[in-house]
Amino acid sequence: MTTLPATTEKKLGLAIDLDTCVGCHACVISCKEWNTSNYGAPLSDTDAYGADPVGSFLNRVHTFEVTPDLGEAEKQVIGETPIAQVVHFPKSCLHCEDAPCVTVCPTGASYKRTEDGIVLVNEDDCIGCGLCAWACPYGAREMDPVEQVMKKCTLCVDRIYNENLPEEDREPACVRTCPAGARHFGDFADPDSNVSQLVAERGGISLMEEQGTRPVNQYLPPRQKTLADLAAKNSGFQGGCGTALAAEAKDAPGFFGWLDRALDKMG
Amino acid sequence: MNHQPKIETSPPVADEIRQTTCYMCACRCGINVHLRGGEVSYIEGNRDHPVNRGVLCAKGSAGIMQHKSPARLRAPLLRTGPRGSGQFREISWDEALDLAVEWLAPIREKNPEKLAFFTGRDQSQSFTGWWAQQFGTPNYAAHGGFCSVNMAAAGIYTMGGAFWEFGQPDWERTKMFMIFGVAEDHDSNPIKMGLGRLKERGAKVVGVNPVRSGYNAIADEWVGITPGTDGLFILALVHELLKAGKVDLDYLSRYTNAGYLVQSDPESPDFGLFLRNDDDEPLVLDRRSGTVKAWNEAGVQPELGKTWTDAQGQAHKPVFMLLAERYLDPAYGPEAVAERTGVTTVTIRRLAAELAHTAFEEEIVIDQPWTDFRGQRHETMIGRPVAFHAMRGISAHSNGFQTCRALHLLQILLGSVEVPGGFRFKPPYPKPVEAHPTPHVGVTPGAPLNGPHLGFVRGPEHLAMKDDGSPARIDKAFTWENPMSAHGLMHMVVSNAHAGDPYKVDALFMYMANMAWNSSMNTRGVMDMLTDTDLETGEYVIPKLIYADSYSSEMVAFADLVLPDTTYLERHDCISLLDRPICEADAVADSIRWPVVEPDRDVRGFQTVLVQLGARLGLPGFVTDAGEPAFEDYADYMVNHQRRPGVGPLAGWRGEDESGAGRGAPNPGQLDRYIANGGFWMEHVPEEALYFKPWNQAYQDWAVEKAFFDKPQPYVFSIYVETMARFQQAARGHGERQPPEHLRARILETLDPLPCWWEPLEEQAVSHSDFPLHAITQRPAAMYHSWGSQNAWLRQIHGHNPLYVPTAVWKAQGFAEGDWALVTSPHGAITVPVARMDALNPQTVWTWNAIGKRKGAWALDPDAPEAKKGFLLNHLIHELLPPKGDGLRWSNSDPVTGQAAWYDLRVRIEKTGPPADAASLPETETQASPVGQGPATIRFGHEEG
Repeated sequence: MTTLPATTEKKLGLAIDLDTCVGCHACVISCKEWNTSNYGAPLSDTDAYGADPVGSFLNRVHTFEVTPDLGEAEKQVIGETPIAQVVHFPKSCLHCEDAPCVTVCPTGASYKRTEDGIVLVNEDDCIGCGLCAWACPYGAREMDPVEQVMKKCTLCVDRIYNENLPEEDREPACVRTCPAGARHFGDFADPDSNVSQLVAERGGISLMEEQGTRPVNQYLPPRQKTLADLAAKNSGFQGGCGTALAAEAKDAPGFFGWLDRALDKMG
Repeated sequence: MNHQPKIETSPPVADEIRQTTCYMCACRCGINVHLRGGEVSYIEGNRDHPVNRGVLCAKGSAGIMQHKSPARLRAPLLRTGPRGSGQFREISWDEALDLAVEWLAPIREKNPEKLAFFTGRDQSQSFTGWWAQQFGTPNYAAHGGFCSVNMAAAGIYTMGGAFWEFGQPDWERTKMFMIFGVAEDHDSNPIKMGLGRLKERGAKVVGVNPVRSGYNAIADEWVGITPGTDGLFILALVHELLKAGKVDLDYLSRYTNAGYLVQSDPESPDFGLFLRNDDDEPLVLDRRSGTVKAWNEAGVQPELGKTWTDAQGQAHKPVFMLLAERYLDPAYGPEAVAERTGVTTVTIRRLAAELAHTAFEEEIVIDQPWTDFRGQRHETMIGRPVAFHAMRGISAHSNGFQTCRALHLLQILLGSVEVPGGFRFKPPYPKPVEAHPTPHVGVTPGAPLNGPHLGFVRGPEHLAMKDDGSPARIDKAFTWENPMSAHGLMHMVVSNAHAGDPYKVDALFMYMANMAWNSSMNTRGVMDMLTDTDLETGEYVIPKLIYADSYSSEMVAFADLVLPDTTYLERHDCISLLDRPICEADAVADSIRWPVVEPDRDVRGFQTVLVQLGARLGLPGFVTDAGEPAFEDYADYMVNHQRRPGVGPLAGWRGEDESGAGRGAPNPGQLDRYIANGGFWMEHVPEEALYFKPWNQAYQDWAVEKAFFDKPQPYVFSIYVETMARFQQAARGHGERQPPEHLRARILETLDPLPCWWEPLEEQAVSHSDFPLHAITQRPAAMYHSWGSQNAWLRQIHGHNPLYVPTAVWKAQGFAEGDWALVTSPHGAITVPVARMDALNPQTVWTWNAIGKRKGAWALDPDAPEAKKGFLLNHLIHELLPPKGDGLRWSNSDPVTGQAAWYDLRVRIEKTGPPADAASLPETETQASPVGQGPATIRFGHEEG
């Protein structure tokens, strides 16, 4: 058993905006690109050009559909096309406060840093037993297929403090690259931080709270896209779903009468 | 226990960072390439770059794997086996260039049209086009004809520019954004950045697309439209807006041809043309004086809704009156289109109301005075904050040109183009049609063509036909079959050359276009055409095929001679203002690529090869008066070529003192300045010139200063395209150049000067009960065409492509996970794996584009999922429409522009057992790989050496 620190000075992590993530996988590849040649062993790829390519990634995007059942009244509005929503869900280590992957580690290789809460694997001590991956309820750890050590998100610990990088680049690779700006990095221990503010404003959620892992990373949920909100999303538009423009004229002659008056007003 | 090791948190990052331009897709983002020990170690976005401002997509970050791809060609190849086999031997560059000259020089001397030179996804068209022009062949184009010429041509004819490279939404100000039919890989980083900004600001995003993936997934509202009906949907919005009087009459009067008088007497030979004065200026009926006046006369207030009758009693109606009469008709109303489009009347009406509300009730006013081209000063800039964007989804249909026109009409009626919050052009656009060349096909043996190949016809007089009326170009661009084919028809080249229709060619020379696979309709047919032999001579029907590519693609296997290109990190390129610019609405910009690492193979940048070939062929401009090569390589051309005096491929740091921006003498230090500045040059548009660009004096003056054009050329938007009326005039029997009889009716219907809609041509031709479903492709954000599958990282994201089936069809067919389906079109059948999708138009099936690969291509294992299970819809699409029994070949293209109608495909699907070996059908024989197969394992960043 490996123990967790009672508390950490900072709680660094990510706030991931599911309302903005378009599922482009930019974060997935930038993460792999940085981390394969930085902290620890490389992120290998086996059968790289073959029938069954398997590589280790520290961050992956999953896509799923949510399809509500529609009543008849709603079908009148929407028609036959379901209002199914597609959610792109990026997933990496959530740097849990009660990280079961740490406590299950038989060698002490998995640990949570006291200064910032980042969960790391000391690869020198990792025996590749895989217990931590089993213990993680999120499936956020991957055994490298070649190196046979456990790989996981480091929150780019070798970027965020790196004095060889310009200050503005001292953030995780996935955050720096995200084209839509759906990934935010900061200190959740500080209620005034960017990420704490976002979570407060947008009703951020902990993933699978019932697991009791107290994840640091938070997800900002997709804004509701139910029928009732379709129109309300438009700033200032007060009409509901059934709003239509009032006709100025029923036919072409009526229209040209209106036009003449409107042009007169323009002077 | 809790022992926390000390770790290095400040490891060295790079020995050196070199800044260049990405080429993992067509966005052309700025990148920082990190080098360690002389090798590329990491690629990230360049924060200072106008296109991507630091971000980078999956493709861009995976550039390392493309640069290191095992599919990279290593040396020039000469075919040793039959075409298509992939059997080659490596030869030297001297041998390769000698051979190319041996084949090409006699063609040039005898009949230059016997060379067809087409360049695919080329980012150097102003150079490759010039090469072809100096060679003298009329047969040149890039891939626009099978990409999005409908979009580009509709935009330029209507308002002087289209989407993407031509313009962008005002991301910082718009309040409602509608995005139609967008492939996730086009302009992808700017759109993702823009969507992020809209979300941050709480603007509403509406996605119109049969498939809810990517951008549509995060849209606040998704309109799952039926393919090919976008035009109907848009014109129903127009109907609603007109009926409610929610159009910007002031904008229409000032900035469009809404007031131009159109000859409306059907008996007049000039029916449909503008009434003009002796100076050829169109006339309007002035409301103040009640007389007709030139459109641009000071103080004119055009009548928009009244007929003017001339002394001969002939009626002339303003454009706006014609459009109101047309679109107020109930045939354009929501009730008439709801079923066909799959969008309910309630939704159409509410979206029209939201557009009207946002445009007119949420008006933006910026305190920025400006002066228009009539000399009138405006104290403020008034904006209508609705913006639109669209791409191939609406354009790759046989009604795509008119659909794109309809969308521009909607934008213009709302007064939302070139205003704050609306859609904005990127310099050097906007440019009116008049600023573009017309097509040229004047061939002289041994001499250059008489002008640039591609352009914008203004009427039948510019069609590209020989004296006998036969098409002058191999692709039949600019003929009565598709008069306004501004980008050519690359998808018809192989088919026409094989058929000898309109004539045979001696050589095909292609670059970066995978015509033997995913870039052709009717893939099997194209492979057969490329390998077909003449029964009498035993020679190939298409005698010689030269192909340039960086990678071992499917097309490489069909070449007689392969000219291996470099990777994008090993080459010079210029993203030129003469071509497809990288500017933003706020700034003019251009950029370069330069060899941040040197090739480790015997390969050369294709443009440098063209410089060398040009010199060996003695092409004017490529040799000096003394017959010596004019340029050492492409970099030399980029710096020293002048298209007009003082205007060259790169706009930045021109002149002896390097202060020239747009204009100035060639500067030998220019590339160093670009490199020092991160690979690009940029200059901001003055504040007063930021909006209303076509009509803004300050912008016009600035544009002349920057050499976009040589004198101010303000113009108004063409709601009504008179060029199209000229073709209709010919179809009615007027004028010297007459269309063939069988095309008259079609020209009258389709070359309509106001946007209209017709059922896509394939749909018209086939039984809807036999083929009840639409079949389309979408582009994954992490792949660019066929390139991604050779990339060890990207193929782990998109290595499979099932056919996605809507829920109702899934249930009706009794499909279960892991099932297979037989998919049949009027042209062929494929057997493929299926997957269920709810967020999908109920009459549509789809798959990811270009994941399927031919066995043996791209250095992949023949058992790779891309080669085994992966499939192409292309097998189901024909470049010709089903025969009508009239003995004619009708191309599966838009009748206005010739754009390939990829998305018109109709199919039926049936459940079937899995094929033997669980491999998709049809199976294609394996091609030999001239580069072997990729390594089993990659440990990037920690490899030996």
